[in-house]
Order: sequence, then structure tokens, then C-alpha cells
Amino acid sequence: MNATELLIGGRQPPAELLLRDVHVLDPRAGIDTRRDLRVRGGRITEIGEPGTLEPAPNSACGSGNGVEKEGNEELIDGAGRLRLLPSFFDPHVHLRTPGQEHKEDLVTGTRAAAAGGFGAVIAMPNTDPVLDSAPLLRSLRDAAAREACIPVGFLPAITRGLAGEQLSEMAELRQEGALGFTDDGKPVYSAGMLRKALQYQRLCGGVLALHEEDPTLSRGGSMHEGAVSAALGLSGIPTIAESTMVARDAALAGYEDGRVHFQHLSCAASVDAVAAAKARGWRVSAEVCPHHLLLTEQDVRGMDTSMKMHPPLASEADRLALIEGLRTGMIDCVATDHAPHARNEKEVPFEQAPMGSTGLETAFAALYTGLVLAGILDLALLIERMTAGAELFELPTPTVAVGEIANLTLVDLDAEWVAGEHGWASRSENCCFAGRRLTGRVLMTLAAGAIAHRDRALQMVGA
Amino acid sequence: MNHLISIEDLERSDIERIVSQAERFAEVSDREIKTLPTLRGRMVLNLFYESSTRTRSSFELAAKRLSADVVNFAASGSSVEKGESLKDTVLTLSAHKPDAIVLRTPWAGAAELVSRWCSAAIVNAGDGKHEHPTQALLDVYTLRRRVGAIDGCSIWIVGDVTHSRVARSNVLAFQRMGAKVTVVGPPTLIPRGIEALGCDVRYTLDELDTADVVYALRMQNERMSEMWIPSIREYAAWYQINGRRLSSHQVLMHPGPVNRGVELSGEVVDSPQAVITAQVEAGVVVRMAVLFELLAGTRGPRTVAGPLGADAPAGLPSPEPVAAGRLA
Repeated sequence: MNATELLIGGRQPPAELLLRDVHVLDPRAGIDTRRDLRVRGGRITEIGEPGTLEPAPNSACGSGNGVEKEGNEELIDGAGRLRLLPSFFDPHVHLRTPGQEHKEDLVTGTRAAAAGGFGAVIAMPNTDPVLDSAPLLRSLRDAAAREACIPVGFLPAITRGLAGEQLSEMAELRQEGALGFTDDGKPVYSAGMLRKALQYQRLCGGVLALHEEDPTLSRGGSMHEGAVSAALGLSGIPTIAESTMVARDAALAGYEDGRVHFQHLSCAASVDAVAAAKARGWRVSAEVCPHHLLLTEQDVRGMDTSMKMHPPLASEADRLALIEGLRTGMIDCVATDHAPHARNEKEVPFEQAPMGSTGLETAFAALYTGLVLAGILDLALLIERMTAGAELFELPTPTVAVGEIANLTLVDLDAEWVAGEHGWASRSENCCFAGRRLTGRVLMTLAAGAIAHRDRALQMVGA
Repeated sequence: MNHLISIEDLERSDIERIVSQAERFAEVSDREIKTLPTLRGRMVLNLFYESSTRTRSSFELAAKRLSADVVNFAASGSSVEKGESLKDTVLTLSAHKPDAIVLRTPWAGAAELVSRWCSAAIVNAGDGKHEHPTQALLDVYTLRRRVGAIDGCSIWIVGDVTHSRVARSNVLAFQRMGAKVTVVGPPTLIPRGIEALGCDVRYTLDELDTADVVYALRMQNERMSEMWIPSIREYAAWYQINGRRLSSHQVLMHPGPVNRGVELSGEVVDSPQAVITAQVEAGVVVRMAVLFELLAGTRGPRTVAGPLGADAPAGLPSPEPVAAGRLA
């Protein structure tokens, strides 16, 4: 199976589109300027100076007006203001299928991703039943081909049933299209078991994505251990529950020359452990979530269950270290860890609530508002980190260049909105940024050459 | 005040007002007829998700002394065991239009959550390991009666601070009243970051004689099976308040129930320094004052503005707001 076949879904009619005078920003391609750009049959066919590409005959002017006749090209005028970016890539989402469709499914989850500007996502295996066998992976990929509006990759479990006791049939799963493996939601607590998975990786390949948590340190905890947990009387999860496991597993990967990816880093000590591993040349990479870059334990004071996630929101010093790690590249990419839960599951006392926040629909705007507008990170760097996940999982990186399949995200950096004010594309609403005023709105997402999302606001921008 | 959720929400003046009101109620409880008509026609609902004898009966007695109707709802043997969520239980019981819900749960933040789901005044009677504000108020009341002003007092809270809602509420309440609070216990049972509340942290009883007040916490046997401490025997050897450690100038407090021979030796429980039974006595009058504060005090508009008031038939006089002076 070649790399692109590992992603499945999003096979809608190929886009026919002329984007006029949009500000194209693709840090890898070295473009940061106004351009006209044409998409034909789902591929980028022309990129020219602004105002130089003429609409094809019979074009439907404006957009979203329902005139989508065959051969018609939709025209969008960016007025030099709208940004055209490579579509984002999220290596960590929970689509909850099979078994927990009351939280999310392949349709709503990928719609939420497209609404957030993501052109592809990687789904986690902690479903019911756990994604740990080839037949289940096959049926899930079949379902994704029918239902997902953007391409989805799947990471089956490292160990059967996420139980940490027996390897899943990794080689067969790879043949069936496994992008890699993870026990996300749980650590592979036995070092011996992880070592065997790393050894098996030599046979079948596939990145091992690791949720790092020492359960003997985190057990019973529902938030970061510190002044806030002490004041609220909530059992704390110390940052060492994560960082000691990052250090241990980096050493295991180094010893076996394996390839591991650390999921959702949450604290300064973990960034240090990753930096030490990289300095030794070990093949490790890491992701960080928007909520860990923007929120802290202080946001848990109100005991809002949307603020309860794993790993927990940590201290301000940890947050700053994560931002610095992302800036320097010690942390390779942004991942949302989109974790939908039904309202009734979250509308309970804090200690009873399940872990997780949705994040696909707010990731870009929250990071743009909190880090770029605040002058902490460059927009170009943020875009690079929001697209870098693809390469980490050995997939082609979305690029704005002639001949490429259109994986594009059109954003209005001036648009302000309140997260959740018009509801969510996701089936769940447990978003830690709900109610916050954000700047930067995704207007359109093209994934695998097709229009996967179109914002209502776009109708007014066209024409 | 609309609710009593946590001591953190209270100013010193709030605490003083409630404690002073409790002192006025205490005068009444010495009379032959102890009941006041203050909350006649009001309903107080005790909703307890954890077993509790003294707190629940103390609230019940407080409500009855003020002539309120009392309904007790225990989670065991109820719809809760059939899987009903906290929210649905509260919504169901709210249909009976309680004026106040006294709530005890094993979950931090539950009282705050419930206050958003219904119009009744919520009294937190313990939410997990978070807070137990009426215990702190009755402790302030008891201590004020014993020593006068609490300002400048050195108060040591000794024991399992990690698992104690009493400790958290009392650290805050004693500090609001001007005391200097130190928490003492085995390092495994002192939560990291507790000093951010403003208290000092110690791990031994050395220099215990510098304390004016020693507040011992209950040591639960489960803590040993959960391996928080090596053994109860060793705990007692290091942290028990006994005749050798307690000085005659000190006041000894404990929220009860006491484990004699563990956190306190028998002789100190029975000593004149101990105010443990006074604390229990204070429970009723302080809880009367809390119910009075929430249902009859300065916030008269509840009967008009709240949904409860809106349901009242037109033309009926609203329950008379009872001025404090009436008791004098």
C-alpha cells in the first residue's frame, strides 16, 4: 500500500475553482504573497500574479449560489486579503467510531475537521471495540471511504484491547492500511511490551505514537498537581507522570533504533526529555495541543468539565515551555486531540467527568488569536507546525504548488467570532474554548482535491 | 448571599455576620421552647450522597428550630442507585420547590454545579475533598466563644490534609478571621501547593507548643490500605495529639468522629482543653444562622424574583422577612 492509500475518504467531486487575488502563504514552498490560483479537476493547475488568471467561460460568479453545473468554475475573490494556506493536518483525533457514535462519527468528525481547516486527520483506536484487528480496520476504512468528507488515516492499537499485555497483529494490520500504531488513552506501561513493539516495527514499519503516563503516579488524579488542585481538593496528576515515561520510551526507541512519536506533550520536563532524545539522534517526534499552548491549571478553577483533559492543563511555566518547544522545533507539530463527549457525560461533577475536549473547529483560530496576534509566534511558523504532522507519519505534506492535489485552506484573518455561537459541526460541544472571542475564520477547506467545507460567510465575500 | 458553596466566596464580614447571628440563636436554644417561627412554610431539602449522621441531623435540627419543613433524601436506596444522574435527581427534587438544598456529595464542585441547575439556595455540606464551609463556620464560632478574638491566633491543623475538606475550609476561614494557620502531617498527606492558600507547612509536631489552637483531623483507616502511610501505629507515634504534646494553654479541636488512640489520645479528648462537644453544639446554631442568612436575611427578594416566588398565588403576603432584632 503506498503512502497516499493509507489515507482514505474525502472522495467528493473534484473542485473547479479560481481563487483570485488571495494572499498565498506556504512556508515550505517559500510563498508569502498575493496570487491567483486555479484548481481544475481537484489539482492546482495554475498559479499567477494577482489579476492575471481569467475566469473560464460559463463560470459561476460569486460562490455558494448553488450554480454548480459541470464544467463550471467557481470564482472567489480574495481582494488581496484572504489567506490561502496548505490545509492543516491533525495527527490525533478521536472519531469515536465504532461504538461511541453518540459522541462523534466519521461524518460529523470529519466535518468538524474540515470546518477547522484540516485536510486530513489520523483517528485513534480507543473505540468500542478497540481497533486492534485487520477485519475491523478493513470495515472502518470502507466506512471512511463512504462517509468521511476528508481523508482519514487510522492508527490501530499497539496492544490488543489496549490492555498492554499482548501485541496486536501489527504486520497484518499494516497490510490492511494501518498508518502506525498507538494505545492512545493509555500508556504502554510495560517497558518490555513496548520494546517488543519497537522490535516488530522493523518488520512492518509504522510509527508508534505514545500516550505517556505513568499510572502509578497519575492514578485517581483529575487535574494538574499544584496550587489549584490543592485549593480545589482535587487529586493531582504530577507532570513527572508524563515526563518520566517520555524519557524512558525515548531511551527504548534509541536502543532499538525505533521510531516513536510522543503525543500531546503537556509540560516543560517532557519538552526537555524530547530535546535530550533528539540531541542523541534518537528517532523521536512530538506533538502539542492548542489547549496546552493556551490554557493552564488556572482555567480549571471554575471546575468546568470542558477543561478536564488528559494530560491535564499544567502551569504557566509549562505552557511557556511548550510554546518555546514548538517555536524551536523540539515539538514538531500541533495536534488537537479532538475528544468529543456527549453533554450528559460532561454535565457531571468534575471528578466524574471523562477526559477530553473537542478542538478541531477552534484550533487555528485559537492559536492565531492567542499566539500569532499576541506576537508570540509567526503565522508562517504556526502554519508549518499545523501541517507538519503528515510528514511525521510518512505521508505527503500538503503543498501549494502547480501539479499538486488541492489541499488548501482559505481563511479570513480579520473575522471575529465567538467559539460555539452558531453551534458545532462536531456532534459534541465539550470545547475548552467555547464562548471565547476568536479572530481568524476558516472560509473554505479543500481536501484531496474536493471542497470539504464552505463557511456561510463566504457567500458575502465572493462576487 | 444566595448560596453557601465555599469559604473562599466569603469575606470576613460575611463570616462575622453569620457567627453573630448564631450567637443570637444560641440564646434561644437555652429557652424552654426552642423553636422560632422564622422559616415557617419554607422547605429545606437534605440531599446526601454520603453517609453522615452529625451533619445531616444538625441541619435537620437547625431547620426544624426555625420551623422550616425538612425533607431528607439519601442517595442509597433511591433513584440514584438506579443510575439517575446528579442533574436529574436535582431537577426531580426541585419539582417539590425546596427553598434550600443542603447537599453533601463525594465530588468536588458538585454544590456549585447544582446551584446552576435550580433556583433553591444551595448549602454545601461537603463536596468531595473540596470544602465543608458550615464546619469551618461552626469552628470559628466555637473558637470565638472560647478565646474571644481569633486575630493573631496560631492555629495548627494536624493530620490528613490531602483528603480533608474540613482542612481546606478551615485554613481559609481561620485566615479570614486573622489567624496564622499551619498545616502539619506526613508529607504523603500534605498536598503539593497547599501553601498557596497562605498557610505554613510542617511535617513534624516539633514546636507544637507555639500553637494556640491545635485542630486535629480524623485519620481514616483506609489511608493505610491505600498506602499513604506505613501504619496507623507509626502515624500515631508521630502525629497523635496526647497529654505529652498538648499544653495547658492550648485549645484542642476536632471535627469528629474521633478515633481515640489514633489522632487523639483518650485523655486529651476528655481534657478541659478540648472543645469537641462544643463544636457539635455549635453545629445547630451556626446552621440555623446559615439557613437564616440564605432564606430570611438580607436577601428578601428571593420570594419575589426567584421562580419560587413567581409561583406564589397573587394576593398572599410574602413570608415576612424576619429582622435580626426580633430575636433580641
